[in-house]
Amino acid sequence: MSHVIELKSLTKQYDHVRAVDALTLDIREGEVFGLLGPNGAGKTTTILMMLGLVEPTDGEARILGINATREPLRVKQVVGYLPDDVGFYDDLTGLENLVLTARLNGQSDPEAEASARALLARVGLKDAADKKVGAYSRGMRQRLGLADTLIKRPKIIILDEPTLGIDPEGVREFLALIRTLSKEEGLTVLLSSHHLHQVQAVCDRVGIFVGGKLIAVGTVEELSATLFTEERFSVELAAEPLTDELIDRLRAVPGVAAVERTMDGVLIRASADVAAEVARTVVEAGSALTRLSRRAFGLDDIYHRYFEGRD
Amino acid sequence: MRRTLSVLFRKEVADHIHSWRFNILIALIALTALASMYTAAQSIRDVVPKLDTPLGDVSLFLKLFTASDGKLPTFVAFVGFLAPLLGLGMAFDAISSERNRGTLVRLLAQPLYRDDIILAKWFAALAVVGTFFLALGFFVMGLGLFLFGIPPTAEEVLRIVFFLLVTALYVAVWLSLAILFSIRFRQAATSVLAGIAVWLFFNLFYPMIVDLIAPISTQGTVDEVLRQIGWHQFLSRLSPVTLYQEATTILLSPDVRTLGPITVEQSVGAIPTPLPFGQSLLLIWPQVAGLVAMSVALFGISFTLFMRQDIRGR
Ligand SMILES: Nc1ncnc2c1ncn2[C@@H]1O[C@H](COP(=O)(O)OP(=O)(O)OP(=O)(O)O)[C@@H](O)[C@H]1O
Ligand SMILES: [Mg+2]
Repeated sequence: MSHVIELKSLTKQYDHVRAVDALTLDIREGEVFGLLGPNGAGKTTTILMMLGLVEPTDGEARILGINATREPLRVKQVVGYLPDDVGFYDDLTGLENLVLTARLNGQSDPEAEASARALLARVGLKDAADKKVGAYSRGMRQRLGLADTLIKRPKIIILDEPTLGIDPEGVREFLALIRTLSKEEGLTVLLSSHHLHQVQAVCDRVGIFVGGKLIAVGTVEELSATLFTEERFSVELAAEPLTDELIDRLRAVPGVAAVERTMDGVLIRASADVAAEVARTVVEAGSALTRLSRRAFGLDDIYHRYFEGRD
Repeated sequence: MRRTLSVLFRKEVADHIHSWRFNILIALIALTALASMYTAAQSIRDVVPKLDTPLGDVSLFLKLFTASDGKLPTFVAFVGFLAPLLGLGMAFDAISSERNRGTLVRLLAQPLYRDDIILAKWFAALAVVGTFFLALGFFVMGLGLFLFGIPPTAEEVLRIVFFLLVTALYVAVWLSLAILFSIRFRQAATSVLAGIAVWLFFNLFYPMIVDLIAPISTQGTVDEVLRQIGWHQFLSRLSPVTLYQEATTILLSPDVRTLGPITVEQSVGAIPTPLPFGQSLLLIWPQVAGLVAMSVALFGISFTLFMRQDIRGR
């Protein structure tokens, strides 16, 4: 499979902040890639560099082989971009807003109107097409935004926090739409988010991005496998009394990698299923076992794992 | 014209025509202009029958623009005063409003050059203003035809058209300034205040400052006084207001033969005939060039600022 987006040690240094730090990343044709990271991780900066809207301090971004800094116009012809708080001309209708974008991309008037109407139907705004955007709700704007990125018939779409401000049901529909588009039209999708569940639901691959650095890339399964080789299983338990001595004993159980206190008990990470052994240890120590549960690893844990180290 | 530029241009023109702001500004100017014109026509009708020169020689139609009954300022004075406000009013939020609405990023994500955006705004505002002034000018000529019963001469029409074009050019200077402020200041209110400050400065304070740093004494040798006047004139001409006033005076008052000082010896042999149109044009050529240069310089600064600006954020 060919790479449609290639970032090579892409770096952006603002006065005091290194917003993006030597980011190297390849995104394949037709995949849905999620850039997952907390606020200020550098997601928006990365995206803007891919579009040639922010100049990298170092490194380069190639989109379909085109250098985004040197030939931004050619990149913008093939990339649809939905900014994180997209704005429209409120005094124009949804249709007119789309037609303007279409015409800026070289479509003739009739062609622009036809494709705008088709897309509005596609994103579920058929009935609102001739309403002024000023009267749209947040979710409707977001859908219009998606239509706006698609109207240039792009090969790649980049969505910066596309689900911001949409209600849960809306998010589900929105993500399903993105997924369908990607599969039906072979679109490559890059979306940024800090909602791991959403990313998990829609993305083929995920990149975890913290403090300007990409610290892990892969499918959700791959990530949990590499991350938790030592500690693939976890057990949560509550015991009465929970003494330090008991905790030391738990640490000594074979296979246990880490034991940490939580609010109402302890969390044990282990390389094997140690639930039975742990239970016996608690009872032998003379404490009462009030709760014991085994947990499976999801993106939640992966995410938390990566971020727990930061301040 | 590049295609993206013409698409944006069309959108901007439509925006202006549909906007309350533009229509209010236009109505304001049209009303004051017509009022001053009407009083001018009245006073001309009172004066003309008493003159013994043939009608054609007094440039009646030009008088419409420059005569006054003493109560209302002349048309030229009104336009000179309001034209900057029109320029500022149309563009003080040109870029900042796009930024604040979040449409700037969306525009820049399309395959267009950044300068297309400011060029389109500038051209569109100028086209709309130019059309308006030409319409106003022709309306006034029609009014004159109706009042005096004689058509304007070709020379008068030319002078009036050029006067209107110079006025559009003058508006263009203020447009460029407004666009610059709309890029520099994210808050529209700051931009308006800055624009009004510059406008007040050049209209009220600058002439005083020039008088202060380049006083013209009434005594001394001819050479000295001439030098002082030259220096005074040079300083005043750094202001677009002066340039515009000089250009319009020459265009609309053909009996004004020069902008500089004339000594008694020079004026002795001079025949008091109106200056031919071609000569007037030659005389105002530096003023026109000055106004163009100011527009271009301001536009250049806007352009550099805009190209380097971070487009992110509202
Ligand atoms: N113009 C700027 N000047 C200085 N620093 C900046 C500028 N723009 C962004 N930064 C910094 O760069 C870092 C990355 O910002 P960025 O907007 O890319 O983060 P993000 O991942 O998109 O965050 P969020 O999830 O909040 O949108 C932040 O620390 C921010 O303060
Ligand atoms: Mg962001």
